[in-house]
Amino acid sequence: MEITMKLTPEQEALLNGSKGEAMAKVMRTLVEYGQIYGATKMVPVTGECGHLVLSFGLMFLGPVFDLYQQLIDEGCLPQQKLTCDPLPYDKNVPQNGISKVVAKVIYSKQGSYNKQLKKLGMKNPGKDSYTCASYMTEVGNTPKEGDVLSWAESSAVVYANSVLGARCNRNSGIIELFGSIAGFVPYFGFLTDEGRKADWVIELKTTKMPDAQLLGSAIGMKVMEEVPYVKGLDKYLGTELDESATTYLKDFGAATASNGAVGLYHIENLTPEAKKQGEKLIKKDAKTYVITDEVLQEVKDNYPVIWKDPTAKPELCFLGCPHMSLQQMKDWTHILEDGLKKEGRKKVSIPTVFTASTPVIEEFNKTPESKTLKKMGVVVSYICPLMYMDNPLCQTKPVITSSNKLRTYTTARFYSNDEIAEMLTKEVD
Amino acid sequence: MAKKNKGVKTFQGRAITPGECTAEAVVSHGGFNTLASMQMMSIQTKTKCVDQNNPDLYKKVLQGKALCLPQTIGSTTGGMFLYCAVKQGKNPACLLFSKEIDSLAAAGAVLSEVWAPESPMPVVDKLGDEFLDYVKDGDVITIHPDGSVDVAR
Repeated sequence: MEITMKLTPEQEALLNGSKGEAMAKVMRTLVEYGQIYGATKMVPVTGECGHLVLSFGLMFLGPVFDLYQQLIDEGCLPQQKLTCDPLPYDKNVPQNGISKVVAKVIYSKQGSYNKQLKKLGMKNPGKDSYTCASYMTEVGNTPKEGDVLSWAESSAVVYANSVLGARCNRNSGIIELFGSIAGFVPYFGFLTDEGRKADWVIELKTTKMPDAQLLGSAIGMKVMEEVPYVKGLDKYLGTELDESATTYLKDFGAATASNGAVGLYHIENLTPEAKKQGEKLIKKDAKTYVITDEVLQEVKDNYPVIWKDPTAKPELCFLGCPHMSLQQMKDWTHILEDGLKKEGRKKVSIPTVFTASTPVIEEFNKTPESKTLKKMGVVVSYICPLMYMDNPLCQTKPVITSSNKLRTYTTARFYSNDEIAEMLTKEVD
Repeated sequence: MAKKNKGVKTFQGRAITPGECTAEAVVSHGGFNTLASMQMMSIQTKTKCVDQNNPDLYKKVLQGKALCLPQTIGSTTGGMFLYCAVKQGKNPACLLFSKEIDSLAAAGAVLSEVWAPESPMPVVDKLGDEFLDYVKDGDVITIHPDGSVDVAR
């Protein structure tokens, strides 16, 4: 490999093995990765904590665990504390006996991986660091504007870049850990001013506020990895990043990232860079995509339904992929409570799981809504619904969700928030 | 620019991880979602695409094939999954990108090269839209170390 990147003497020494073979390979990986994109230098990671995408001890991922063990054995540890995606199982989530056994087999490396994570250095005790929404204040891994990050998890990266104004590339699992270990990352893409400019102008011309997950899906599938600048959404979300706006953008961004490969978006008059720079963020040759009610309906109608029996009665509903915010849990509780009252019913029609981080759940448990939700029969869990659905026995279940990310990766069927609310509160035929 | 000679058309790309390889093409015209496509490989005898949103590849064998694609999309586990596939011999024989390689696939390529040199998986990008318009499932692909790619049918 020819090194074209300008390295400091310390970085060159690392590459040449001054801190052992594993660290030299970490360094070589980061250099080669950066050089693909013309990176000319490394820049320091300034965010306080890292975030890892790998939270699950999937037996197939043995080579990753072996690699991590080599790093641990050679003392190649992160220079910052870490948060991590959600855990793959929780006994509170409905699952039959055989399915539980299968989950234990599939995730048979979970125990040993949790031990590795502890050695790598988790931010919070117990399960409090395991969530895809680590940027929420309750969890405490909230980067500042301008921070350089070494994160993975597509929904967290797009949120940190877009809503918080931090700077992070769409790193793969393993690469993000390498950046946390080295303390620097190659300078390219979303770390640069030029890389944060918009390739697309999205003109929103719907007659009402679009479902966040559907809008994100439509944009993601159109722009793929490019940067969209969305006009017209501030009409519905306002011009301040309050909790309802950030919750909407969390779900919107996750859909752009999973249905496409978006790592950064700008919302006119709302997100930090769009507020400061306005249309200067838009590239001269930017393309335009107009979104109407009809466009969104067409996108939704084209989602494949891969249930064996498309008319099957749903057996489970997941809400919270990415993990729910506190406000979102409260809002959904009120929606279900009002809906059931109208129908003269007390419990939800379909077994339902709300997923959130344990710190958010703890806060929720202090609110009056917590008891109301429990009475309606809804389970609250810290699980990763995607990992739950990866169990082959769960895949055959007719599961519904309002998450476009969960739809993309599993057999779960997507419905809008309004449709889900109706399905959960009305009698199921 | 592509060159054609007796049923073989040659495209020039950039070798991300240089190597030589001959394999049968499988083609995805849309973004290849690595997690959605390959998440079941641990329980499959041969890695097959299980991504319901990819009509080009759904249920087709990927292992040992020349995977032709614009780029990868979706979860940031992508590079990690590619690395594991390579380490366990469950990977496509090579990856051929029409566009510039995305950061997740790039990670998979580099991780495999640095940490699994015993199992080379050549990767070429920037082959151009014409490449993806031309190549069809079943074409025989030959990759050369300089990033040139022959497509024979």
